Amino acid sequence: MAEATVPILEMKNVGKIYAQNGRAIEALRGANLSVRKGEFICLIGASGCGKSTLLRMAAGFEAATHGDNLMWGVPITGPGPSRGMVFQDYGLFPWLNVRDNIGFGPKSRRRSKTEIREISDRFIELVGLKEFADVYPHQLSGGMKQRVAIARVLANDAEIVLMDEPFGALDAMTRERLQDELVEIWSRTGLTVLFVTHSIEEAIFLADRVVVMSPGPGRIEREYRIDLPRPRDIASPEFNEWRRLLSSQLHSHHARKAG
Amino acid sequence: MTTLASHTEGDTAAARETSRGVSWWPRLRPVLLAVAFPIVLLLIWHFATAGRPGSLIPPPYDVWLELRDLAFGGINDDAYSGTLYIHLLASVSRVYGGFAMALIVALPLGMLIGRVPLIRQLIDPTIQILRPVPVTAWLPLAMIIFGLGPRSAVFLVFLGAFYPILVNTIFGVRSVEPRLFEAAAMLGCRGPAQFFRVVLPAALPSIFTGMRLGLGFAWVVIVVGEMTGVQTGLGAIIMEARQLSRTEIVISGMIVIGVFGFLSDQLVMLIGRRLLAWSPSHG
Repeated sequence: MAEATVPILEMKNVGKIYAQNGRAIEALRGANLSVRKGEFICLIGASGCGKSTLLRMAAGFEAATHGDNLMWGVPITGPGPSRGMVFQDYGLFPWLNVRDNIGFGPKSRRRSKTEIREISDRFIELVGLKEFADVYPHQLSGGMKQRVAIARVLANDAEIVLMDEPFGALDAMTRERLQDELVEIWSRTGLTVLFVTHSIEEAIFLADRVVVMSPGPGRIEREYRIDLPRPRDIASPEFNEWRRLLSSQLHSHHARKAG
Repeated sequence: MTTLASHTEGDTAAARETSRGVSWWPRLRPVLLAVAFPIVLLLIWHFATAGRPGSLIPPPYDVWLELRDLAFGGINDDAYSGTLYIHLLASVSRVYGGFAMALIVALPLGMLIGRVPLIRQLIDPTIQILRPVPVTAWLPLAMIIFGLGPRSAVFLVFLGAFYPILVNTIFGVRSVEPRLFEAAAMLGCRGPAQFFRVVLPAALPSIFTGMRLGLGFAWVVIVVGEMTGVQTGLGAIIMEARQLSRTEIVISGMIVIGVFGFLSDQLVMLIGRRLLAWSPSHG
């Protein structure tokens, strides 16, 4: 019953100040975000808005200078398997083939050899890389690498998947396919996803909620609940409505900054 | 062939011919080119030395006879006949012995210097100062410390192989992509476990380069190392033959070192290709 009330991830008045060349840089100020289990949330904003910082704090790679980061109400003190991260540059282990990259997490948790094999084969199948199980990352296309990266965190029973512009380096066709597949996997598994993007279209296509952020200092500007039915049609008038709304929100902010 | 049947007869024949032409020429070409240059050198050597009794350098054919005599005997029947395997074995054991010792010391030391700041600050400056000292400069000191004999030779080989392995190991463990630590950490691999599952495999290509360079240096240094008054070894017979003006033995020794140095490098490369199949620059 606790799950119904306690958010899986909660950030309370979170701020982050970096010291760079002796100067303090405020990357994030007063961010409040509450993520419920099973939600798909997109963080969007111009560069320097702190969206990646926020994601990295959720992962536990960076500590907040102010405020609290909580998972299931417990403070996040460092990275852990419950919060899987998918990086834009994949972060695959080049010396491990696809199967062993996916088995890396289970192996870290000292599962038995047969279990690891069984788990990795299941997730290789899930992301459609059965024929590439024994191939090394440098022999894969960008899209395939990102499939492996996604399978890797799913194979490790991540409760929440943090994605940092995961499809940003891919060509348009591959990106669309992976977006479709991600929504498919998400709706089938009841995963929670926190997804950073700078593409308005991607955010509307994927998210239950879009969190718009703005720079200087980085902060959360507004949240929108995208109530479009799934699967979403990016050519529909409703989709375009959202696109217009969000882009005016993002651009009004730019104009204000320039002015 | 059935799939080709739809093509015209001429097309098929042409395709077959080009495919055959393509198959052998690219393979043979590098071999021919690689062999052509030494043949030219041999010819120059031959015409410059053959039939000139005053020449200090023996002609290639004399060297070839000497090489056969060294290996199998039955030609000159002197003190050197049929002794090649003794000298080769002595040199090979020193090269690999010194190399193995260098590996045993340089690998852990390099990893510690690379990953532990305190050890880096403590040891690295000293090593940076010692490193430019040529191995030959260590020769007199080695003879004082280790005495005349094979131990000095092994020590010099050790030194020659040590620095390349050390420097490349340090470089390898220090230049692991930070992203991979994050990836490992979020997958549940943290702390000391990261050393074996991330640092070591990531540093392997670099460590391997160091090993290859180190083994190459070990072969370079062996001649100097065997100048320390040992009786056997390829370096020893080269120095001895020099004093006896047996230049054909000197050249024979050089050829044997060249060939075995090459073979040992090929062996390392073979192992490397197996081990580093994942690396785009090695595999």
